[in-house]
Amino acid sequence: MAIALVLILLVAGSLLFHFFSPWWFTPIASNWQMMDETVNITFWVTGIVFVAVNLFMAYAIFRYRHRRGQRAEYEPENKKLEWWLTAVTTLGVVAMLTPGLFVWAKFIDVPRDATVVEAVGQQWNWSYRFPGNDGTLGATSARLINRDNPFGIDPGDAKGRDDVLVFSPELHLPVGKPVKLLLRSKDVTHDFTVPQFRVKMDLVPGTVTFMWFTPTKTGSYDVLCEELCGVAHFAMRGRVVVDEEPVFQAWLARQPTFSQSPVPAAGDAAAGQAAFAPCAACHGAKGEGNPSLNAPKLSGQERWYLARQLTNFKHGIRGAADQDTYGKQMAAFASTLDAAAIENVVAYIETLPDEQAKPALEGNAERGRSLYATCAACHGEAGEGVWSTHAPRLARMSDWYLARQLRNFRQGVRGGHPQDFPGAQMAFMAKALREQSINDLVAYINSLR
Amino acid sequence: MAYVAIADRDVHLHDPQTFVTKYIWSQDHKVIAIQYSVTAIAVGLVALVLSGMMRLQLGFPNTFSFITPSNYLQFITMHGMIMVIYLLTALFLGGFGNYLVPLMVGARDMVFPYMNMLSYRVYLLSVLVLRASCVVPGGPTGAGWTLYPPQAVLPGTSGAGLGIILMLVSLAIFIVAFTMGGLNYVTTILQARCRGMTLLRLPLTVWGIFMATILGLLAFPALLVSAIMMILDSVLGTSFFMPAVVSMGKGLKYDGGSPVLFQHLFWFFGHPEVYIVALPAFGIVSDLLSVHARKNIFGYRMMVWAILAIGCLSFVVWAHHMYVSGMNPYFGYFFATTTLIIAIPTAIKVYNWVLTLWHGDIHLRVPMLFAIGFIFTFVHGGLTGLFLGNVTVDLPLSDTYFVVGHFHMVMGVSPILVVFGAIYHWYPKITGRMLNEALGKLHFWATFLGAYAVYLPMHYLGILGVPRRYYALGDTAFIPNSVHDVNVAITVAALVIAAAQLVFLFNLVWSLAHGREAGSNPWGATTLEWQTPDTPPKHGNWGARLPVAYRWAYEFSVPGARSDFIPQNEPPEAPGGREHGAKP
Amino acid sequence: MSVAALFALVAVGIVGWWLFARQLTAKPWEKRQIESDNASGGAALALPAARVGLWLLLAVMTSFFGLLISAYGMRMELADWRPLAVPDLLWANTAMLLASSAAFQWTRWAVARGHAEGVAAGLVLSGLFAFAFLAGQVLAWQQLHASGQFLASNAAAAFFYLLTGLHGLHLAGGLAVWGRTTARIWRIRARLEDVRLSIELCALYWHFLLAVWLVLFAVLMSGTSLTSAFLDICSAIVKAL
Repeated sequence: MAIALVLILLVAGSLLFHFFSPWWFTPIASNWQMMDETVNITFWVTGIVFVAVNLFMAYAIFRYRHRRGQRAEYEPENKKLEWWLTAVTTLGVVAMLTPGLFVWAKFIDVPRDATVVEAVGQQWNWSYRFPGNDGTLGATSARLINRDNPFGIDPGDAKGRDDVLVFSPELHLPVGKPVKLLLRSKDVTHDFTVPQFRVKMDLVPGTVTFMWFTPTKTGSYDVLCEELCGVAHFAMRGRVVVDEEPVFQAWLARQPTFSQSPVPAAGDAAAGQAAFAPCAACHGAKGEGNPSLNAPKLSGQERWYLARQLTNFKHGIRGAADQDTYGKQMAAFASTLDAAAIENVVAYIETLPDEQAKPALEGNAERGRSLYATCAACHGEAGEGVWSTHAPRLARMSDWYLARQLRNFRQGVRGGHPQDFPGAQMAFMAKALREQSINDLVAYINSLR
Repeated sequence: MAYVAIADRDVHLHDPQTFVTKYIWSQDHKVIAIQYSVTAIAVGLVALVLSGMMRLQLGFPNTFSFITPSNYLQFITMHGMIMVIYLLTALFLGGFGNYLVPLMVGARDMVFPYMNMLSYRVYLLSVLVLRASCVVPGGPTGAGWTLYPPQAVLPGTSGAGLGIILMLVSLAIFIVAFTMGGLNYVTTILQARCRGMTLLRLPLTVWGIFMATILGLLAFPALLVSAIMMILDSVLGTSFFMPAVVSMGKGLKYDGGSPVLFQHLFWFFGHPEVYIVALPAFGIVSDLLSVHARKNIFGYRMMVWAILAIGCLSFVVWAHHMYVSGMNPYFGYFFATTTLIIAIPTAIKVYNWVLTLWHGDIHLRVPMLFAIGFIFTFVHGGLTGLFLGNVTVDLPLSDTYFVVGHFHMVMGVSPILVVFGAIYHWYPKITGRMLNEALGKLHFWATFLGAYAVYLPMHYLGILGVPRRYYALGDTAFIPNSVHDVNVAITVAALVIAAAQLVFLFNLVWSLAHGREAGSNPWGATTLEWQTPDTPPKHGNWGARLPVAYRWAYEFSVPGARSDFIPQNEPPEAPGGREHGAKP
Repeated sequence: MSVAALFALVAVGIVGWWLFARQLTAKPWEKRQIESDNASGGAALALPAARVGLWLLLAVMTSFFGLLISAYGMRMELADWRPLAVPDLLWANTAMLLASSAAFQWTRWAVARGHAEGVAAGLVLSGLFAFAFLAGQVLAWQQLHASGQFLASNAAAAFFYLLTGLHGLHLAGGLAVWGRTTARIWRIRARLEDVRLSIELCALYWHFLLAVWLVLFAVLMSGTSLTSAFLDICSAIVKAL
């Protein structure tokens, strides 16, 4: 008896939940209104069946519950009824399938005038490529991918030279124009998803997949990876900013083309030595770091990382938060350097001898080892730093500094700037760490060589 | 092909003498069934604990230091793999299949008892290898239960070295075990039925197990093939599935392989696997409903045909798991159509279950409650499947919590409710004692309502766009704070369910000694397993003479009969004249 | 995949067809049906259980090899596929396997005729040919290896090692059973009746593995596309007719 009542309550509750729960589609920002409509049709058809079957069942349980002297009927089958039910079900299936296939036909038929954009996924970030003036993307190969050519564009292919490269996970698109997104992965399977656009598609290494949509509303939208791609899957975020055409064009014009892109000029270590003098005051003449002045060790750090941090400090992407006292100090110094000087300084730092920083913290390295499994995914098994994941070297660096930065990331002091994508990623990871585990982790990193 | 009448072909059974041959190296299908079940439930409890850990992280993110992002993915992977393969497949076929098939068809044992024993030993080995993968350096694989390459074998995923290899080896061993068992079940059903047990007199439980086993025999090789090829890719550097990739900033030697090829192979197994779990549940629930509603199953023939139709169709729907995988987009039309067609036989089964209740005499005992709970959750899970099977609707929902809600409802909660119902139903036959009714009801309500509270909201999170397999959501613009609140609520409900399982375990153990004596046929069921001369049935099942079936399995409330059920082995001369549970 | 899907459909279809042939449309609750079922007692296949089991196992193996071939066909379509020149030795190996299968068939007839010496000789012969086949396969591996085609060097080579290796493993499994049967004949001078079933089943298994091998051999030589190779064969047959 109770079960009949509960079934009725569950049906009623589900309906109430359906109509009153605050969780529903995000407001749509693309042309795929039809997808929402197909979902709605499906909800109506299945909802009616759900209510009908369960209420009928509840009634049957109530009506035919066991009472003294009751006896069931003997009723092996009822062909007519069964065929009727089959026919009605088939009708319902057709009602759902037909619009579904109709919309699918539209989805796989890309409009001719669609702008072609390539989205490139890798563990665990996004970058993008526009075809440039010739309207054609240059050939690429996984074999050509390296630090200086992260897109793997074939330098011999003339079509690739004018390709516009977007090194940031933030993509701008013009409103109201259909976009054909070509999807390419460098390592594992990813999936490009913007919930507001409704459509999504996997990026499959070894092949190029596609999808298309027309952004219909200006604004900024999160890009999520929705195909499990490893430890930092949940932190693989990007952003699509939909602009009015002129704003978009202005943004596009600021992005480098492939032929301009191997910018990181070698940097002049000799010139850098002079520029390093103010740095040496705190960080030490050999860049060995000085805990009493809150200056971390620099020598031995990857130069692309140092250059990025200096640039971030300079542009207020790092060291701008109120609680970041030492970061603010650094930002003041960084603002004195121009882009060329930054390259020179990091070139000089690269020449400095790399001596192990003196451990300042104690912790349980054995416990730290298991925690480090997550860190290793980006920073490498030996904490050596990995350019492709934007992860700096950790081994042999100042442990007290690592601990402080972990705390900064956890507390939102660092990594909160909207342009600091690697920082945001690190903040995700640092939040997974408990305060009391930080010393254990750093103790383990101290043991790496 | 020639046919012979089923004679009283009695088989020569091995004759266990010592404790070891009786209970450890036993060739008795009932002992093997219990071994299978206990192992499956034990490993299933591990998976349950893992799901609790995942819920703790999702409900209270960044609170527990022992749940790191890489652990979390390992929990997800192990949870899924254990639940689908090592628990549900093993329990339905190795456990229930082993126990019920020979008894229900009126045989003394499986036709190949020695191979049956080996099957369990090999299954145990596969479980041990799986457990071993958890203690090797790097831990178990965290690639998700789908194990997609290249991810599964590259260093950005935990357990990419030994973990994944042991996982694949364990699967390969499991498949060998399954094949040995499966050949047994099918051959037994085909060849060892007792006299008079025609195919259409078989209870639907046997039909479900029969078809599920055939699906397993044909589909598991796909998993084996992909496991072998992935091991070669991982260990010996072949490029079956591995294209040229750049991992951790370094180019690897692989070239030209296709990750999508793996996905095809995996889902060619993976989709039938859903029915390998579902069909035995369908069969069992049909029998529970019929017995406890004291009414024949409605539309028996249609039920059998539906099982066959679902079995056939399940081999041509696999790529509906791959709508967003970048495969040829034209496949979408075909697979969406086949997938929605499969809804029709499935819907027929649901109608017939509900129509079995109509005009019944419904005894709301614990197994019946679970059966009704199953219909409710299965209707829900089946209907949400129509969203995901329809290629267009799948696009926004794929890889979100909608999928998590859907597959847990349809192949997690629903089959598990049937497992519980079946245990409450057959426990009296297996042990001779009843399970405690009050504890059983408590267990049912907590599990059923808890499960609905867990999975209903997930569908709506999915529509909102919350992605699955995320360690933490962090600050994401489109995800409101209320999502975090509902995650807390889901976690609380999940912990309640987990606690309810302790009640169930207690009941299982306590009733062994303290349960009410059951007698041989406490529910007044018609099928042969309730007509054994001894309860629990002894080795050889039937005493001196094999039973003979004189009627189909659903003679309940036959007009004119004195009793409201007539056992299958009751000779036609004396219809309904026997007392409850009498032996022929 | 379509190959495998087709096979699975056909296999389940056969099961379904067979079941329908067993009057799956009957109404088991009707009086007339009850009486006829009780009179006949039902029916099963007129085969020993072991034989039914073996047929099922062969279905499983067909699915297994069918899926491997499907995977091969799909991998072939990808850009980097370079077909492998298979060693000529395989022709000789094929002859060995044919001979082994023939010898088993002959042994089977010898059992039927009750010719004990013939059975023993036939068994030994079929075993020897099978070993020769396996040795030949290993030799072919060595030749390939010597010519610089390693497992990891390209996909076609990898498939060659994989397919021949798995086929060889299945044959080795068969040889284990063959060994047991032969030993029984030797040791206890078993009556032919006792080994009859074993020999029949072995022969069936051998013929099956021969058929698998012939298909695999054709597949391994099919160049760059399974479909076009299949069409070539078909058109050749049509022309020959």
